[in-house]
Amino acid sequence: MGGSSIRVGVDIGGTFTDVALEKGEEMFSSKVLTNYTQPEQAIIDGITKAAETANISLSQIDTVIHGTTLATNSLIERRGAHTAFITTEGFRDVIEMRTESRFEQYDLNIVLPAPLIPRHDRYVIGGRIAASGEEMIPVDHDKLQEVIEKIRQVGYESVAVGLMHSYRNPMHEQQVKKAIEESLSGVSVSISSDVSPQIREYERFNTVCANAYVKPLMSSYLERLEERLKTSGMTCPVYLMHSGGGLISLRTAAKFPVRLLESGPAGGTIYASYIAEKHDLKRVVSFDMGGTTAKVCLINDMKPKTSRTFEVARSYRFKKGSGMPISIPVIEMVEIGAGGGSIASVDDLKQIRIGPESAGSEPGPACYGLGGEHPTVTDADLLLGKLDPQGFAGGSMRLDTEAARIALDRKISSQLGGVAEDAAYAISEVVNENMANAARMHAVESGCELETYTMVAFGGAAPVHAARLCQKLGVDSLLIPPGAGVGSAIGFLKAPFSYESLRSSVMRLESFDREKANLLIEDMRQEVESFVGDAGGDQEYIYELKAYMRYAGQGWEIPIEVSELSLSDGCEARLKQDFIAAYTQLFSHAVDGLDAEVVSWSLNVSSRLPTATQPYSNDAVDTFQDPIPHMTRQIVDASRNRPLSYLVYEREDLPPGARCEGPLVVVETETSTIVPPGYKMQVQMDGCLFIEKNKVENI
Amino acid sequence: MSVELDVSKQIMWNRLISVVEEQAITLIKTAFCTSVREAGDLSAGVYDKRGRLIAQAVTGTPGHVNTMAESVFHFIDHFGYHDMKPGDVFVTNDPWKATGHLHDITVITPVFNRDELVGFFGSTAHVVDIGGRGFGPDGRSLYEEGLLIPLTKLFYEGVVNKDLIDILANNVREKDQVVGDFYSLAACNDTGRKRLLEMMAEFGLDDIEGVAEFIFQHSEAATIEKIKQLPKGTYDYSMATDGYDEPLKLNVALTIDDGEILMDFAGSSPQSSFGINVPLVYSKAYGCYGLKCAIAPQVPNNWASLKPFKAMAPDNCILNAKRPAPVAVRHAIGHLVPDLVLGALKKAVRNVAPAEGASALWNLHVSLHKQGVHEAETSEVLLFNSGGTGARPGLDGLNATAFPSGVHTMPVEVTESVGPIIIWRKELRPDSGGAGEHRGGLGQVIEFGAQEGYVFSFNAMFERVRHPAMGHAGGHAGACGNVYLKSGKPLKSKGLQFIEPGETVVLELPGGGGYGLATDRNKEAVRADIEDGYITQQTADELYLKPT
Repeated sequence: MGGSSIRVGVDIGGTFTDVALEKGEEMFSSKVLTNYTQPEQAIIDGITKAAETANISLSQIDTVIHGTTLATNSLIERRGAHTAFITTEGFRDVIEMRTESRFEQYDLNIVLPAPLIPRHDRYVIGGRIAASGEEMIPVDHDKLQEVIEKIRQVGYESVAVGLMHSYRNPMHEQQVKKAIEESLSGVSVSISSDVSPQIREYERFNTVCANAYVKPLMSSYLERLEERLKTSGMTCPVYLMHSGGGLISLRTAAKFPVRLLESGPAGGTIYASYIAEKHDLKRVVSFDMGGTTAKVCLINDMKPKTSRTFEVARSYRFKKGSGMPISIPVIEMVEIGAGGGSIASVDDLKQIRIGPESAGSEPGPACYGLGGEHPTVTDADLLLGKLDPQGFAGGSMRLDTEAARIALDRKISSQLGGVAEDAAYAISEVVNENMANAARMHAVESGCELETYTMVAFGGAAPVHAARLCQKLGVDSLLIPPGAGVGSAIGFLKAPFSYESLRSSVMRLESFDREKANLLIEDMRQEVESFVGDAGGDQEYIYELKAYMRYAGQGWEIPIEVSELSLSDGCEARLKQDFIAAYTQLFSHAVDGLDAEVVSWSLNVSSRLPTATQPYSNDAVDTFQDPIPHMTRQIVDASRNRPLSYLVYEREDLPPGARCEGPLVVVETETSTIVPPGYKMQVQMDGCLFIEKNKVENI
Repeated sequence: MSVELDVSKQIMWNRLISVVEEQAITLIKTAFCTSVREAGDLSAGVYDKRGRLIAQAVTGTPGHVNTMAESVFHFIDHFGYHDMKPGDVFVTNDPWKATGHLHDITVITPVFNRDELVGFFGSTAHVVDIGGRGFGPDGRSLYEEGLLIPLTKLFYEGVVNKDLIDILANNVREKDQVVGDFYSLAACNDTGRKRLLEMMAEFGLDDIEGVAEFIFQHSEAATIEKIKQLPKGTYDYSMATDGYDEPLKLNVALTIDDGEILMDFAGSSPQSSFGINVPLVYSKAYGCYGLKCAIAPQVPNNWASLKPFKAMAPDNCILNAKRPAPVAVRHAIGHLVPDLVLGALKKAVRNVAPAEGASALWNLHVSLHKQGVHEAETSEVLLFNSGGTGARPGLDGLNATAFPSGVHTMPVEVTESVGPIIIWRKELRPDSGGAGEHRGGLGQVIEFGAQEGYVFSFNAMFERVRHPAMGHAGGHAGACGNVYLKSGKPLKSKGLQFIEPGETVVLELPGGGGYGLATDRNKEAVRADIEDGYITQQTADELYLKPT
């Protein structure tokens, strides 16, 4: 992957399919509508469009990197394969009984999400592995044959297998898989010890079910895609972005499609990490605000925070517990129902509520003039002067200020008094506060102090709200990268090849079995090395081993980095010491007299990125003159609620080095960057807008 | 009225809820007791300087939350403002002044802004042990149930009360974990304290009286408005429950007045001589919770939104037990109080409240030890399990889901990794949901035993074994619970029992009551229930498909 190679990133989102084409130092992009029946068609169209702009032929493309929400959508919309689930006798209902709790305490009428595999498609067989991994009861093969016969009769396309304690000992699951494959051809089998070898049966079973459920759909899609790319002249390798922020081969993706969930948002975060690296920022909070949701992720030392489990398809105000858990390596983000299209309303307490309902792109916010009657965040932004009614979407769409005013009057001011502008101000402040609270909570859960962070903001609505969010979070500096509209697709190009393997086995340090732990680690090493072989190429790989630890008796583990890949003498003491240090950082005190334990291990392998080694230089920027604004506009200042005169600049007119003092607004296609009073902005060599709070003595 | 003024207060309100949520998360992440960290058995809140609850974490369980709403008043009465200094932290587990039994530790931290008291943070968590005979209903008086910590200082101006910690450490099993939880509670309050001071600095506040008043006014007005929509009058309801050794009657007269609701529990059975008694503060907590869910679910919980709900009961009745009555398992009866008050509410308004549910959690506390080894070597395993909830007007009940409690269950794989227990079955129990146009939620079946070479005892605290969850509007009752050995012998539903080596215990958890006539149930829904095995063909034929 030298400087002259041509690489393409493609992100299939809900509305648009985004393409970013990198040709040496140059970047070209395109946006086409997502094609739901033939997603690969939109990819070909988008790439062709970008290639035309870049003036290259499709056969010159060296690599295609792809991320998609197709797997996520098929889970949300329940459009997966007819799937059977085989589990341990006595545990047929694990994926239905969930955590036996209600995700909303005060609503008597909640509806729990239906299990992905309904009860009549769930089968049980005898056999039992103990928590220690020992076999207590062998697999009941007679019963298994009955179940296999049933699978044949019903004609299931896909089978998921999840047996108790298989993360400790996969033998039974492997036996079941072998028996099915021997008896039935053409049925795809997913086993939980392959897909997600982690303790906690509900999460693991649900993950293997999700994998089996989307597998036929995704593998046929990926096959078609490869074929279409080939016939269009792209014979280059195709890689997939996974939710952990790395790349995997098409073959691995077809086997573990569940790893593709969240690949789009992961791309956005990788993009932010790339920006962090270029600008040498050790602590970054990424903020992605689109039409429906806002996502926040912490990026320490240029690496996004990762987790081993997340929830998809939340069905109730994005509330924790209202979706289904998926335990795979994933970039950890907090997502709330706050986007440009989020609808504002007044509740029983005469309080303004935002979202999670969104006006989407049809009818869209009231100001789109497409028949939307509900006031949205975008309508409020428009009324406050933050958006340019003429210049929206590069002038291709005129925003209707009057329609926004009417919607705000009808739904908000009529109940709360005041005029539409007051309501707009309130909506804007409430949505900012909601996002700030979510970000703060995420920081607390991660033991981070946001005051020391720089924000990187992208997505259509983020540049409008980012500065105010920074004020609320005590964040003093902010970067708005260029091309933020196709951020995820660009991010794909910046992602390493990577794969993470996980194993669970509860081990107290006082009775630590080093040999057993080393066997587990060796096992993971074999797994990740088979991935490396699969990915091909001659990249250099980095291995990272983590132990997930806690005090014996606690329920939450924290990840501890382990510096050796084969544990040597005295590792217990080192693990304990590192654990106590990490624990103290998170919770500010250690607990004396208690033993610690390792619950799980993870081994991550990732390729070293050549691009990361180029240092970023901003030397030339200091020489530049102040640019000239093309007009002024009245914008309501968020921290004061009164209109101020903002200078308006066109982003494309701003050369690197350009420096301006707030209040100002930078307009570009589809978004505006607000720089409030007390902040200054400078355009960076790479086109990023760097916004910084003035030091107090300068005011 | 100006939106601008309101919005800054609204934002502070949201912020306070976010602050107490942070406080709760800190507690969950650092707590040692399984029930707190895995199951969410905790609460956290912020109070004004008069001790009125301003905001509480959404995380948490109603029994804690609504009782804790009253506890700060006791600390103010006891210590007086003059004896509250920066760095002080207060603690108690007095069942009548905190949350109803000794296992819940309530810690209160005053917040000072430049030496002026501005408010308090409070949090409650269930600890793994508090001494005495261990967690169970067998105590005949409070003194047998463990150590009572009166209203005491845990920290004096930042210095820990060593004597208290010593007494505690010498009186409980698992002392490291229990002492650890005391520190966790103090630490989570401190997180709240710091965030509150940051918020006051950000908004330029010297105190939080203004925002508290705003919250109280809005909450009270919204709650009263909802109550005023209900028809005035007094509505009675009574329920029979299992009790410890003899059935108990729970009774309520619910009086809806002008913007106020009174729950009068007169007519309920006298207090029991076993630890299933309920202090009034806990009865009230769950009564308020049930009513609030049905009447004003959107109003956040605080002093003002709880104020219109009042409770009374004659002294020494089961729902107003007096010291030194044993109260350890007060939740077994307390969890039925929402069904009781909603039963009365259903007479006042239609289509709001669900049918009765399993309601009381089937908590399982198992002590296992190696055969032939002294009992000191026990492993303690605590499991929370839920039966079915009552069918709702328009919706089926929820299968195996906690209501009114807000706790979760624990993963079987984690439980089996922690102690030498084996859970052989944990799945839905067919035919246990009460038949109705809307079916009651299904209970579940649990089978468990010890690993080879281990023996165990367990403390049963199970309700609805003899008295089922009743249906509503023609719906059938849910199935009763059962407790027995797989080899056939029935077991007691309350109290400590030793199990012979090699035996497997079977628990069949009760289902929720049905709503409406079973024969009115959508035929497609009946067919789907049969296909999924929620009901058997026989039940369908007998109850759902028979001609009326």
